[in-house]
Amino acid sequence: MLGLGVDQLRADMNQLLALLFHQGVLDDHFLQLQQLQDVTSPNFVYEVVNIYFHESEKLLRNLRVLLMDRDFSDYKKMGIHLNQFMGSSSSIGAKRVRNVCFAFRAVSEQNNRAGCLRALEVLEHEYCYLKNKLHELFHIEQQRVMAAAVRYRIQD
Amino acid sequence: MARNGVFSRKNRSAKVETLDAISVDSHELHVLAVDDSLVDRKVIERILKISSCKVTAVDSGRRALQFLGLDGERSSSGFDGLKVDMIITDYCMPGMTGYELLKKIKESSTFREIPVVIMSSENVMARIDRVLYSGNNRCLEEGAEEFIVKPVKLSDVKRLKDYVMREEGEDDSEKGTYKRKLQQDDSDLSSLSSSSSSSSPSSSPPSSSSSSPLSSPSRQLKTTSTV
Repeated sequence: MLGLGVDQLRADMNQLLALLFHQGVLDDHFLQLQQLQDVTSPNFVYEVVNIYFHESEKLLRNLRVLLMDRDFSDYKKMGIHLNQFMGSSSSIGAKRVRNVCFAFRAVSEQNNRAGCLRALEVLEHEYCYLKNKLHELFHIEQQRVMAAAVRYRIQD
Repeated sequence: MARNGVFSRKNRSAKVETLDAISVDSHELHVLAVDDSLVDRKVIERILKISSCKVTAVDSGRRALQFLGLDGERSSSGFDGLKVDMIITDYCMPGMTGYELLKKIKESSTFREIPVVIMSSENVMARIDRVLYSGNNRCLEEGAEEFIVKPVKLSDVKRLKDYVMREEGEDDSEKGTYKRKLQQDDSDLSSLSSSSSSSSPSSSPPSSSSSSPLSSPSRQLKTTSTV
C-alpha cells in the first residue's frame, strides 16, 4: 500500500518543518523558497540549499583556517566571511545560523580571538544541525515523490 | 539625453490603466541582477523569472558594466540584445560596491534613465548609518530608484515591476503618488537610519535631468521626509 505512504510522508514533512520553525532553525524565508518552486523548477529548493551548503562549508573552512593561525589578526577579513555567511543564511531562511553569525561578528569586532574560537564552534554546531535536518527534509520529500509516482502508476 | 534603445517599450502605444490591465505584450522586462552571492543570484533570478522578467545575473559591478558596455571597451552600437529595463544590485560587494555601480550608471548618458534598485541586508543599513540619505553613500541622492531589504521577496519584485511599467504609461503626478506609497511601505525601514542631517538634496549630481523621474518632486519628498 505505497499510496498510503504519501500522506504519511507529507505529514512527516510538515511535522519536521513545524519543529524547525518552532525551534527557530528556519523562518519564513524558507517558505518563500518553497513558493519559488513549481513544475518549471521542481528542484529549486534542493538546488539552492545545496549551493548554500557548498558555500557555507567553504566559509566555515576559511574561518577555521583564519583562527587556527597563531598570528591571526585579520578580523576584518573574518567580518567579511561572516557577512557573506549571514547573507546567504538569511536568504534561505536559516534563522539560527544567521543569528549565530551575527553574534560571532560582534565578538570579532572586539578582536577577541578566544571568543571567536568559541563562536566558531557554536556556528559549526548550528550549521551541522541545520544541514542534517534539511537532508532529512529532502529525504522525506524524495520518498514522497517516489511513493506518489508509484501510486499514480498503480491507478492507471 | 539618449533614451533610444534603453526603454524599448517606449514605442508601444498601449496605455496602462490599472495594475490588472497591464499588458506586457510580448516584451518582458529585462532585468540585470548584480550580486556576488551565488545563493542570492539564484534566488533573485528565480523570483524575476516567476515575475515574467528576462534576467541577466552577474556576480560583480565590473561584470555589470561589461554587460552594459560601460567598461571602457565600448562597442559602438551593439546594444540590440542588451536592452535593460531595470538594474537590481546588491549594496555590499567586494570590488565595486552597489553604490559605486549606481554612480557609474548614472554618469552614463545612455543608461542613466534605467531604474536602479539597491538591495541591502537590514543590518547593513542600520550599521552604515544613513546609507539612504547622506554620508559617503548617498544612494537615493545619486538616483537609486528604491531600496529593498534582503532577503528579497516575490512581493518586492512585483512592486518594483509594477513601478517600472507604470512609469512608462503615466504622468509625473501619478508617479509621485506611487513613489509616496513606496515611501510609506518603507517607513519602518527608514526608521532604522538615524535622523537625517541637514544635508539637502540640492547637492544632487549634475547627471540628473529635470525630465527624469529621479528629480521629480516626490523624490525630494523622499529625501527630506525621514525623521
